Amino acid sequence: MTRLSGGLIDRSQALSFTFDGKRYEGLSGDTLASALLANDVRLMGRSFKYHRPRGVLSAGSEEPNALVELRSGAWQEPNTRATVVELFDGLEARSQNRWPSLGFDALAVNDLLAPFLTAGFYYKTFMWPKGFWEKLYEPAIRKAAGLGSLSMQPDPDAYDRGYLHCDLLVIGGGGAGLAAALTAARSGARVILADEDFRLGGRLLRETDTLDEVHASEWISAMEAEFESLPSVRIMRRTTVFGVYDHGIYGAVEQVSDHLPQPGDQVRQTLWRITAKRAVLAAGAIERPIAFADNDRPGIMLAGAMRSYANRWAVCPSETVAVFTNNDDGHRTARDLAAKGIQIAAVIDVRPEAKARGDYRLIAEGMVTGSRGRLGLTAIEVQADGKSEWINCGALGVSGGWNPNVHLASHHRGRPIWSDDLQAFLPGEGGPSGLLPAGATTGCFSTAAALRSGAETARRALQEIGVAARLPELPRAEEEGYKIAPIFHVQGRRRAWVDFQNDVTVKDIKLAHTENMRPVEHLKRYTTLGMATDQGKTANVTGLAVMAELTGRTIPETGTTIFRPPYAPVALSVLGGGDTGPHFRPRRLTPTHYWAEARGAVFVEAGQWMRAQYFPLAGETHWRQSVDREAMAARSGLGLCDVTTLGKIDVQGPHAGEFLNRLYSNMMATLKVGRIRYGLMLREDGFAYDDGTCARLAEDHYVVTTTTANAGLVFRNMEFARQCLWPELDVQLISTTDAWAQIAVAGPKSRALLARIVDGFDLSNEAFPFMACAALTVSGGLRARLFRISFSGELAYEIAVAARYGHALMERLMELGADLGATPYGTEALGVLRIEKGHAAGAELNGQTTANMLGFGSMVSQKKDSIGAVMSRREGLASDRHRLVGLQPVDPAGKVVSGSHLFAEDAPHSFDTDQGWITSACYSPHQGSMIGLGFLDKGDERLGEVIVAANPLEGESARLRVVPAHFVDPEGVRLRE
Amino acid sequence: MKFSGFRVFAEALKGHTGWRPLWRDPDPKQSYDYVIVGGGGHGLATAYYLAKTFGRSRIAVLEKGWLGSGNVGRNTTIIRSNYLLAGNEPFYEFSMKLWEGLEQELNFNAMVSQRGIINLFHTDAQRDAFRRRGNAMILAGAGARLLGREELRATVPFLNFDNARFPIKGGLMQPRAGTARHDGVAWGYARGADRHGVDLIQNCEVTGFRIDRGRVRGLETSRGYIAADKIGVAVAGSSGRVMAMAGKRLPIESHVLQAFVTEGLKPTIPGVITFGAGHFYISQSDKGGLVFGGDIDGYNSYAQRGNLPVVEDVTEGGMALMPMIGRARLLRMWGGVVDMSMDGSPIIDRTHIDGLYFNGGWCYGGFKATPASGYAFAHLLATGSPHEISRAYRFDRFASGYVIDERGAGAQPNLH
Amino acid sequence: MLMPHPLLGLRDAREFSYLGDARLLDRPDPNAPDAEAAFCDYVFLRDNPAGVHRELWFHEQGDRSWLVVTRDTVTHEVLGAELARDVALARKGSGA
Repeated sequence: MTRLSGGLIDRSQALSFTFDGKRYEGLSGDTLASALLANDVRLMGRSFKYHRPRGVLSAGSEEPNALVELRSGAWQEPNTRATVVELFDGLEARSQNRWPSLGFDALAVNDLLAPFLTAGFYYKTFMWPKGFWEKLYEPAIRKAAGLGSLSMQPDPDAYDRGYLHCDLLVIGGGGAGLAAALTAARSGARVILADEDFRLGGRLLRETDTLDEVHASEWISAMEAEFESLPSVRIMRRTTVFGVYDHGIYGAVEQVSDHLPQPGDQVRQTLWRITAKRAVLAAGAIERPIAFADNDRPGIMLAGAMRSYANRWAVCPSETVAVFTNNDDGHRTARDLAAKGIQIAAVIDVRPEAKARGDYRLIAEGMVTGSRGRLGLTAIEVQADGKSEWINCGALGVSGGWNPNVHLASHHRGRPIWSDDLQAFLPGEGGPSGLLPAGATTGCFSTAAALRSGAETARRALQEIGVAARLPELPRAEEEGYKIAPIFHVQGRRRAWVDFQNDVTVKDIKLAHTENMRPVEHLKRYTTLGMATDQGKTANVTGLAVMAELTGRTIPETGTTIFRPPYAPVALSVLGGGDTGPHFRPRRLTPTHYWAEARGAVFVEAGQWMRAQYFPLAGETHWRQSVDREAMAARSGLGLCDVTTLGKIDVQGPHAGEFLNRLYSNMMATLKVGRIRYGLMLREDGFAYDDGTCARLAEDHYVVTTTTANAGLVFRNMEFARQCLWPELDVQLISTTDAWAQIAVAGPKSRALLARIVDGFDLSNEAFPFMACAALTVSGGLRARLFRISFSGELAYEIAVAARYGHALMERLMELGADLGATPYGTEALGVLRIEKGHAAGAELNGQTTANMLGFGSMVSQKKDSIGAVMSRREGLASDRHRLVGLQPVDPAGKVVSGSHLFAEDAPHSFDTDQGWITSACYSPHQGSMIGLGFLDKGDERLGEVIVAANPLEGESARLRVVPAHFVDPEGVRLRE
Repeated sequence: MKFSGFRVFAEALKGHTGWRPLWRDPDPKQSYDYVIVGGGGHGLATAYYLAKTFGRSRIAVLEKGWLGSGNVGRNTTIIRSNYLLAGNEPFYEFSMKLWEGLEQELNFNAMVSQRGIINLFHTDAQRDAFRRRGNAMILAGAGARLLGREELRATVPFLNFDNARFPIKGGLMQPRAGTARHDGVAWGYARGADRHGVDLIQNCEVTGFRIDRGRVRGLETSRGYIAADKIGVAVAGSSGRVMAMAGKRLPIESHVLQAFVTEGLKPTIPGVITFGAGHFYISQSDKGGLVFGGDIDGYNSYAQRGNLPVVEDVTEGGMALMPMIGRARLLRMWGGVVDMSMDGSPIIDRTHIDGLYFNGGWCYGGFKATPASGYAFAHLLATGSPHEISRAYRFDRFASGYVIDERGAGAQPNLH
Repeated sequence: MLMPHPLLGLRDAREFSYLGDARLLDRPDPNAPDAEAAFCDYVFLRDNPAGVHRELWFHEQGDRSWLVVTRDTVTHEVLGAELARDVALARKGSGA
């Protein structure tokens, strides 16, 4: 049919689009749904379960039927509501959940099988034979279920997130919202007005009533102009506030470029976190249908939606329409359509006292009891006065009354309250604090009342935060009454749909009642009422009303299910905020990162850090070649490794020593200035937590190190100890992990290299022995710290300079050490060196091990208290006899695999006989075989024994000999030379 | 009434007039031998096994709301037995075996679907830890497979293998893991318990315990006093509140765990997948929704709702792991209150009060434990001694130090 | 959530990390005869109230203050926040 007169569409701008491959034309200002209706397309989708042919029900985000797959390729967007898609040139849409075509859908056979597919039927069958569920039934069900499909390709669009702050957030840009925003804007308050539509005005755009005798759109334009002129006002169109969170934080999604063929340089959508001191909820109301037999045919829609399509988009699904209503509002549809030249076949009003509001046939005290038309409505059956007649019409507008949109007001478990006058729920107690409902959301259904409510609510909200606002002069507007009869469904034998998308009918609710699934949550879960993509926006109240009728209880006694975010479905991409792929988490780079990169290092993720894993040389084809070479260089010559990632915490103050005494299980206060001590930290529950070194640079100054993984947590715990446990101690902490670059210089030639860089510092073993530390200068005045510590077991040092000199220091060391064979090594070789030396690392310090297990039992001082000391004496910890041991394959070519479980030779393999596990393993170039570390029951007493390491996961098992956990220099001579 | 395909067929032919209530709605009696507090999954399963397996009678389940309104009604439906420690793994494997026969046991289709779980690893250290765990699973008879990167790519090609911040190196798979229809589990146990004579009493809130000389005598409820010889409390999420009425402090904090579901989609994700470098796990329901979740919000809460930071954190993880889900839309998010215990493991034990028993502390793993938890708790109530599979789940393990700390996080619940 | 930092005003809760019950300030005397039992209570047992809860938050992405926040665990309403150091000092001063 041709367009009607009027409407808010731009007739000069035709837009071309396709639906199921067929080309159509719409106009700028159309939604996909209005454009399809303008092209006489009434059939837009199929229902979830019975695959019933469906047309559009609504003209908003509550749409249950007209779901399409929008766009194509990687941009494919399933389950998109045609009612909220702003038409653009070149738009592509396809119907979904049908095969082979929308007009002929093979799975529509389900509709014939409907007697078997009642609510919850699947709980009662598909149980035999056992095992057929996964193989046969479930795959078939899964294939038939679902709606649209994903492209299975990464989303190619960009997304963003942002923060906004305001005094007043106005949710909804209809009459009430505009009046609220106007009131607040003129007070000077910071205002954000968000509306999901692409055009402000809400229902005002969909009615013919005037404001101050002009079309509402003129008043809206004036408002927009005023808002535009005020810097304190931000208008956000195409923005859905989807959730209310604690303390006035609102989640909102702005559809920045969904209305464009391609986003271009823009993001597709932005996630906004809006912090508002107060908010006005002016979200309007949503119409609900009346359930009657076969009430789901294309062409049957909500009466208000039908009026919206006619008034805003100048389209009507048919030239002959009827209206079925239980309230006054249905008559407005008949009035407006008639004014546009549509033939009104009849208005059927359930109320005996109903009066016509125009020149049309009124059937008072009538009911629609059936419909005809396979892919679209052709006639309705009407009963009145005990007589039944069929009335031909191509469309039927149904109004079962309006539900105030209490969704956001019912977040935070707010419970809506029932209004007998409106036969609807209104916002109740316990909703989010700071959120004030207004307008139709509070049941103010006339334009004048909504405007007043918006302005007054805004004034009240601002008053609460100390802003005085004056009520603006509001335009004269319609102020009609709204009367409704409590009719929710028409009795009958045939199926009458309540939840359109999920195919929940009155019969299903009756079955749930019969089977005692009567509590509202059981009703929902058993029948799937309200669980479709529209979350029952048009279905829930009707469903409750039917159940209430069956149980003889009232609707408020029956209760509602809980409202949860999001108000309308939100793309996962935008919730992720665009931090995807390599941008998922920030990368922390070491000071020598670019230096290592230039040398061709292979990097590995260590938490957020990127660390050099190994440095392959030309000709090395396998990582093991590089790692073996690097490890051997550190053992026999000179190796350099960036160890900046270890946590470094500066501890200063007169009580620094006493403070560290309480944190570490061993004594730290007695440490001499210029010396370093290995330290073990326990958790307060007595388990080993972290290890590192404490270096005392001055009487009141220590530098402690932590493992890379625990750097943040240890610092947090130290601050806890300082501020919460022992605030009386005079001590200060600062994390200096990022401030100092630290390079390990390891190997017999390390002293020779360092001698070339220090500024006249005596490095002799006597002057600077093992576990010495000093502040000094290098390279002619660069401030540095030198620590003689060794993770490798070789003569070794760690040298620290300000982070910005780390790169230069590494270059200088490599240059000066060239003739000494200076070899950079990465984390793999570092791991080999520490396993060979038997040092515990993350795999051993995994939070489940005790100091005893690690062989550090004697480090837990009995002379003083420290965190975890008391609890470490509990029986379960003290009696754990696992001990850290070294493990070597009996067959030198044999494998040692970490994660293997340890068993006595010839013992069966079970939990009961399990004696431990391998924590770390590597190939040791020093040993010429694989080696491992592991925890073995009574391991300290079993040196020399041969045990079995079982790795059934990979079908492996190996005989290993138990050896001390020091494969290199067990006496510790080398590091002291 | 026995359920079967034939019964559905026969009922369809006669207009579904023959169906009966799935359970009765009895008024509470004045006294029972056993009262289970909490009509969630664990409470209903306990009552079922107590009546069916242990042959006890005069049993009631008291539920303050509707049956299944515990965490069984708001979880992400995953079942698995992929634990590491000896205190846990045999228990969860026992549970898995009960899952495998659940439909036939209950004559109710709870849609137990063993489509497998894959825990991804991204570093060598994670792989080593998973190898240790996988071997423990095999020792317990749970079965496990270690998938390399290429094998994984063949199984789940849509993961972000090529452009990830934390490259996927492989995964530990338990092929027998999967999902079950959570409400169906509650209803199946409820119907089964009812059929064995258990009184399921809804809208009955416990307001106090009557305790006399160290022995429990009964409960004050919103529907009057009910005497009981033995009382089993299984109210995860409200454990602190309920046990405080009996004067018992718990090694438990209540935290909110959020979960999420998208709009229905055609089959996309075959089994359950967990991300090893972020807080994200996902599966797809039979109805087509992608069901996913992540970490707890991290602060004590009884509010059954969470906040945006975790919503963003979880979806970021999802987008990083499988960017092809980006154009799916989130339909609903919700929060459940979970009992976070001090070592991340549960408690099934007697209390300091004779006749009062406790089941709780399930952290976010309670759903998969439902059958075994019910079975073991019924055993404890019926015999007075713990079942072999749950003997480690004692209160005094915290005092003795025999904690069951899978994560190695210590006594900080929000790290488990 | 928003945290009313006593020094910095309202801050987004995501700048903080959470520890738990503020009783963790009251570390028992390690030398008392019943120290092990007292520590078991301190480390493991919680009141875990549904309602007003005093709890410890660390301004990790901020000024590194530990705060004692009073918050309702049912509504999430924050009723106040103090520097934990001040609270701890006051307790020690009063001999509590």
